[in-house]
Amino acid sequence: MSARETILARVRASRTRPDEAAAKRAVDERLAGHARHLLPARIALDHAGLVALFAEKAGAVDATLETIDDETDVPAAVARYLRGRNLPAEAAIAAHPDLDRLDWQASTMTVARRAPEGADRVGINRPLCAVAETGTLVFASGPQSPATMNFLPETHIVVLRASEIVGGYEDAWDRLRAAGRGQGPALPRTLNLVTGTSRTGDIEQILQLGVHGPKFMHILVVKD
Amino acid sequence: MTIHHVTSSRFKEQSHAALADAVLQGNLTRMRGNFLPRRAKVRDGLPEFDDLRDAGIAIKKHTIAHLDLYLEAFEAAVAATGGTVHWAADAGEARAITLSICQELGARTVTKGKTMVGEEIGINPYLEAHGITPVETDLGEYIIQLADQPPSHIIAPAIHLNRAQVGQIFADHHPHLKGRVMEDVDEMLDDARGVLRQRFLDADVGITGANFLIAETGQTVIVTNEGNGDLTQLLPKAHIVLAGIEKVVPTLEDATTILRVLARSATGQEMSAYTTFSAGAARPGDPDGPGAFHVVLIDNGRSALLGGETEDILRCIRCGSCLNACPVYGKVGGHAYGSNYSGPMGAILTPALAGMAEAHHLPNASSLCGRCEEVCPMRIPIPKMLRHFREEEMKMGLAPAAARRGLKLWAKLASRPALWRRATSLVTSVLGAMGRRRGRFSALPLSGAWTATRDLPAPQGKSFQSQWARRS
Repeated sequence: MSARETILARVRASRTRPDEAAAKRAVDERLAGHARHLLPARIALDHAGLVALFAEKAGAVDATLETIDDETDVPAAVARYLRGRNLPAEAAIAAHPDLDRLDWQASTMTVARRAPEGADRVGINRPLCAVAETGTLVFASGPQSPATMNFLPETHIVVLRASEIVGGYEDAWDRLRAAGRGQGPALPRTLNLVTGTSRTGDIEQILQLGVHGPKFMHILVVKD
Repeated sequence: MTIHHVTSSRFKEQSHAALADAVLQGNLTRMRGNFLPRRAKVRDGLPEFDDLRDAGIAIKKHTIAHLDLYLEAFEAAVAATGGTVHWAADAGEARAITLSICQELGARTVTKGKTMVGEEIGINPYLEAHGITPVETDLGEYIIQLADQPPSHIIAPAIHLNRAQVGQIFADHHPHLKGRVMEDVDEMLDDARGVLRQRFLDADVGITGANFLIAETGQTVIVTNEGNGDLTQLLPKAHIVLAGIEKVVPTLEDATTILRVLARSATGQEMSAYTTFSAGAARPGDPDGPGAFHVVLIDNGRSALLGGETEDILRCIRCGSCLNACPVYGKVGGHAYGSNYSGPMGAILTPALAGMAEAHHLPNASSLCGRCEEVCPMRIPIPKMLRHFREEEMKMGLAPAAARRGLKLWAKLASRPALWRRATSLVTSVLGAMGRRRGRFSALPLSGAWTATRDLPAPQGKSFQSQWARRS
């Protein structure tokens, strides 16, 4: 018997299910149903409330936020942020149409449209959406959003639309499924839920930021 | 079914050594003051916390009741994303599968995210013995790998060390430091980040564990704070996931509900920095990601717990809150347990997986105070299971002869009320009179094992029963 058969046989021998067909049906229905469980009351807010909650929660995990009125102002805001941190106006940038149509040169930004490399200090990425409940950004990897952009550069800049802010993680799953990316080969290879900057407490439980992932996270929330 | 390198039979010697280690005692004192207050704070910030625990338990119970069906669904979903599921009945099979994947890719170095089941099956020494270098990338795991020590806590593996010890370990193992001992924690972090960044870029294969397996989608999920588990799986040619069969849950919604209590119970965070859902190999056109994706489903004794007294331990989500709450763990630390699973959950899982012959001492290392069950997000009845193992120990004749004789004597007395009353009032009045002045004994005949490490309080005069008799 293969290990697979051995394990499944051992599991089955211990399970007493009076009606096997009903059990199979229950499992199939559960897998297809996406039933939600209890949701925290803190996300029962209108959209403006969710945007405010997201800002509060992301701030609490060491991200900085800036609200932008118009997307054309994004390159200038990025350049300003990098100047403020005394960093060169250079970044690796996700090959996302929303970022492609911005005029980076006008803000004297040099952007490399590719996955980040070891030497890149700044990465700019676009998330699928953001979860207000805990200030969490949801990135779905693909040609328009390299997963390594969320980890390799020391400074992680995120361009988020206000309309992409949802209440709970369950709303993010609905968006993923609605985009046709909830199953099989269409599923993103990597789905990153990112809540603040990289951190550790492994030495004397002293909180330190930027262990392997970014030390700095700056979120530009574009009104739309 | 076994756990790699278990020394639980030496629990007594190991815990005595731990109690006598002044540096360790200092490090453990710091640990005790940190975790629980943080957990209490985030718990208070989420009024639904206890209801979410119950929802999580219902999810786990449903899944365990249909475990075979969900494992098959998970396997099919992984195949649909282009990944491969391997089944390993025991640790040896899991090691062999992992090695053969690495060898087929001609791997020389392997980066690793923290995986407790990896420790359980002893994957590192096995890969090393076959010429492949495993590199731990979680900062705590990296430190103890350099020091050649096992983890002492399931989520904070280097909790038993302080900064001076870490500074010395880096000085001993990082040649570029030329023996310099760093004192500043930030500097140590930058140093480790630099060393490990190159390791990430050089690795051929990345191995992680899994906090969840999602049957609906075929995703494996890891929850981390450093980002090491992500660089581990994104940069090399292949991502191998080692996971116990009990990690499966039905849907994304189910995983989400348990995630709401996981980080809060573990580190006292609302959400860990990185919760990552991995599915298959990189898709055509993806700018990054691994070229292959393998999930090794590991039984190694878990299926034998199904339907038995300890089935509920399969609900464990490895948050570590029972370790943080346990007064025994807090005094002796993790290494005394002699197993990579320590503390209350380890005192169940170690005898359950490695056998009572090796680990029968561990269920005795508890005062049954119940704090573990109280903080457990999955409300696992740990004290009940500890009592079960104590009964097993007695039945199997593993308990020391003195303990068996003592219990027999106690049973004789306790089942004869008149004799019990006479005996207890004699003992309480004699001890009460002897100890009246100091209120406690630091030494007593036949009680050396107790009084060597703590005082015995002197009885306050009459026994409870005689006082009760006079009252009514």
